[in-house]
Amino acid sequence: MRTRTRFNVIGKPRRRVDGRAKVTGLTRFADDVMLPRMVHCKLLRSPHPHAIVESIDVSRAQARPGVHLVLTGKDFPITFGILPVTQDEYALAPERVRYVGDPVAAVVARDEQTAFEALDLIEVKYRSLKTISDPVEALATPEPRLHEYGEQGNIHRLQAFEFGNVEEALEESDHVFEDVFFYQGNTHAPIEQHASVAAVDGEGKLTLWSSTQVPHYIHRALAKALQLPAAHVRVIACPNGGGFGGKCDLHNHEIVVSKAALMLGRPVKICLTREEVFYMHRGRHPVLMKMRTGVTKDGRITCMHTQTLLDGGAYGGYGTASTFYTGVLQTVTYEIPRYKFDACRVFTNKPPCGPKRGHGTPQPRFGQEVQLDKIAEKLGLDPAEFRLGIVAKPNSLTANWLKIGSIGLAECIRKVVASSNWADKFRKLPEGRGVGLACGAYLCGAGLPIYWNKMPQSGVQLLLDRSGQVTVFCGSTEIGQGSDDVLAAIVAEVLGIDPYDVRCVTGDTALTPVDLGSYSSRVTVMTGNAAIQAAERLRDLIAQAAAGYMETLPERIGFANGRVFLLDDPGKLMTFREAIVLAEEKFGTLGAVGSYSPPRAPGRYKGAGVGPSPAYSYTACVVETEVDRKTGWINVSKVWIAHDIGRAINPVNVRGQIEGSVYMGLGEALMEEQVFRRLPPKLSNALVHKIPSLLEYKTLTSLDMPEVFTELVEDPDPNCPFGAKEVGQGPLLPVMPAVANAVYDAIGVRIDEVPITPDKVLAALEKKAKGENPRVGPERFPDVPYPKPIQVLPPWEGGDGNAINAPRRKSATEKATSP
Amino acid sequence: MKTAAPTNVHLSLRVNGEAQEVSFAPYKTLLEVLREDMNLTGTKHGCELGECGACAVLVDGVPVLSCLAIARDCEGQEIETVEGLASGAKLHPLQAAFADLGGAQCGYCTPGILMTAKALLEEDPNPSRERIKEAISGNLCRCTGYQQIYESIEEAARRMRETG
Repeated sequence: MRTRTRFNVIGKPRRRVDGRAKVTGLTRFADDVMLPRMVHCKLLRSPHPHAIVESIDVSRAQARPGVHLVLTGKDFPITFGILPVTQDEYALAPERVRYVGDPVAAVVARDEQTAFEALDLIEVKYRSLKTISDPVEALATPEPRLHEYGEQGNIHRLQAFEFGNVEEALEESDHVFEDVFFYQGNTHAPIEQHASVAAVDGEGKLTLWSSTQVPHYIHRALAKALQLPAAHVRVIACPNGGGFGGKCDLHNHEIVVSKAALMLGRPVKICLTREEVFYMHRGRHPVLMKMRTGVTKDGRITCMHTQTLLDGGAYGGYGTASTFYTGVLQTVTYEIPRYKFDACRVFTNKPPCGPKRGHGTPQPRFGQEVQLDKIAEKLGLDPAEFRLGIVAKPNSLTANWLKIGSIGLAECIRKVVASSNWADKFRKLPEGRGVGLACGAYLCGAGLPIYWNKMPQSGVQLLLDRSGQVTVFCGSTEIGQGSDDVLAAIVAEVLGIDPYDVRCVTGDTALTPVDLGSYSSRVTVMTGNAAIQAAERLRDLIAQAAAGYMETLPERIGFANGRVFLLDDPGKLMTFREAIVLAEEKFGTLGAVGSYSPPRAPGRYKGAGVGPSPAYSYTACVVETEVDRKTGWINVSKVWIAHDIGRAINPVNVRGQIEGSVYMGLGEALMEEQVFRRLPPKLSNALVHKIPSLLEYKTLTSLDMPEVFTELVEDPDPNCPFGAKEVGQGPLLPVMPAVANAVYDAIGVRIDEVPITPDKVLAALEKKAKGENPRVGPERFPDVPYPKPIQVLPPWEGGDGNAINAPRRKSATEKATSP
Repeated sequence: MKTAAPTNVHLSLRVNGEAQEVSFAPYKTLLEVLREDMNLTGTKHGCELGECGACAVLVDGVPVLSCLAIARDCEGQEIETVEGLASGAKLHPLQAAFADLGGAQCGYCTPGILMTAKALLEEDPNPSRERIKEAISGNLCRCTGYQQIYESIEEAARRMRETG
């Protein structure tokens, strides 16, 4: 099946199976859930970035007509957090707030307006504490600590790994390049504001409908936060109106409405305002980076050393994983014989950061790809040729023990070079116009779940019956990316039926087998493989029944176009429904399950659990810019992008993911930033969001979006369903560095940080005019107390995947912190 | 302290060609009344400040941000929402093209863009790419990068011209 090359469904451009619901307004998002007797919730959020909550008086709010319930921190004694290692949040802060926006109280009332007005009646006395606004301040301010856990002072997390002696390799290199880069934070800004509805059913059990990408994780974390048996909690992930990583945490409001529904015995809804969505954030970490790379004079990399410093905001969230991701995937694009990686995440008094499209990897990828551009120039090499010479090999191991399977990166580079007419443009366009090239790679699913277990990461259940209907159940979650379409397409392909005849029931912890959710680009590969297994099991039963009837062998039965037929005499056939009837007669009620666990990763050292994936996707991108020297305005005129997809399941959706990634990447490159300013001291130096609105948080509109030319490289990966890799995140990665490299080609200035805004362009041009280094970017990297690294020899230096300066471990996966 | 909610207004709104009696607080926006009092949840919201375009509906044929329109002011006007776009089971050409060509990914901004595009095509049955970009520049989409939206509108326009 997986080696087949001719398909009836896979690879054909099609209307997605949920397309009709989306264009008729029938897709039911969380805020569209309206239930009888439903009441409404609003949260009171801290105006202080760091303060002790001395007292809360809710009596006036409680007395307000129409108010049903007021909750405070004392109603939520249990801490929570999405990762088992960071249980540092409270649904409502009982005694300390850590960022402007940290919730301290909740009102539930007959309508939103009443709840909103009652918030004003709650009196909270705060005592301000010293605040931390950025990582340098965090390193210099060990007291007061934001949290009692972590490495030391206000350092949440430190990590250090060395794969081969990097200092030695640097010394032996012909050239050593050292650069410091900064990647500003930005946020998901899904158009759907987060909403949740909680209700108690007839049996007294809780149901939560929510805008979440990860119903299984929410199920676990919510049951713990409320101290309820998980079997009495049902989480339904409504289709998300965009996720991009921002709906992956358990959020305060989800716990609050659940508790309120249990207390009131009636449905409780909350929908966040747009301003609250900005403050809740969990988006891209601001990261300061230092990169040292050794190269030979003929353009081979000898080693790389990446150091990162992450501004984590006020809580842990997924931050431990984010910290790993600022280093671990640097090795999968190019041959890097030795690699060292130090990372540090600090707490600051700002909204917590977390996963956003590309989770932790766009920042170091930006640094790496801009530095490669500088290296190519210094060595007198064409940036495309230089990269083609160092592309990682298929079926190889990296220095940090990641297993690369298929890699279509070279083909991607060749495609964008050809389609963009690179050779005629690079360093040849008139002053003010330029082209830039960059590449990227991403996971097709994190190798490990966020909590340690040996169970499948995706489960699929299929039901067929005599009516001919096929229903597929899976915990995967539709966030707009097309996960239902992947599921239906795969089941339809295996069973030889029309994808529109498959009914998808997804993202409901009471009805669907566990799937870990829509994050880390895992759905196509993991859900897809589980779906193939379930569908093949049922197909085998049907084939046996049909073969008995046709007096042949099951392996001679074919499935296509709603027919079950003799492979060597396709005229002998029956309808799919007739075949199901035969199978139901022979085997009884028909059902099958499939499950998927990723292959075991070869690394054995502590921390080797982050980075492995069943496959990696690759992308190359060329951006053309025009830069106005007077205003500093950057106009991106066209983008060429090629993505190594393995195989496209539905090319319409694939193209949409790629173009959407380019769009979001251009936003990050040119304008999007989640930035804060201090209010005056009398307002406790509050760190408030500069631009918490969709008007001021600039994103590309239709008028700003350039034409995108998309190409696919289809080299099926054996670990992937029909060979199909991810496409939701990888194509974002090369966009930002390609823009920076194109700006350099256009006007000869280096902007070593994003966003690349007109003021920075003008500042760099001014430096250039004065004969100074025409560069804008961070000047230095601070002293970070990185620990002595865990040392692991690369595979080609006699390593066995274990650390050489730590006790041997049987399985790295057992102790890995998180994916 | 503010007083309790003011007395509801009671009036008839014409939505998708049907008049409906509805009673609601006088301060409510058209968006709120459509969604909360008439159960027409096809119209979405992304900011409730007139910034994102998700709530666009047609009022007398003109795209209006329903989060900024006061519902009581819409009495006597012809309001069109995404629920009224299809003819029975038959999708409007815009709906069909958006579904076929990737114009809708998460689908959340889609109703607002469909209504905006409907107004555009009624004014200009054969709009240029530039005209389309301009028409939907007030509708933010975080998923698509807009290109498949342009193509969907162009394809719908083509189908509509062919069928007259």
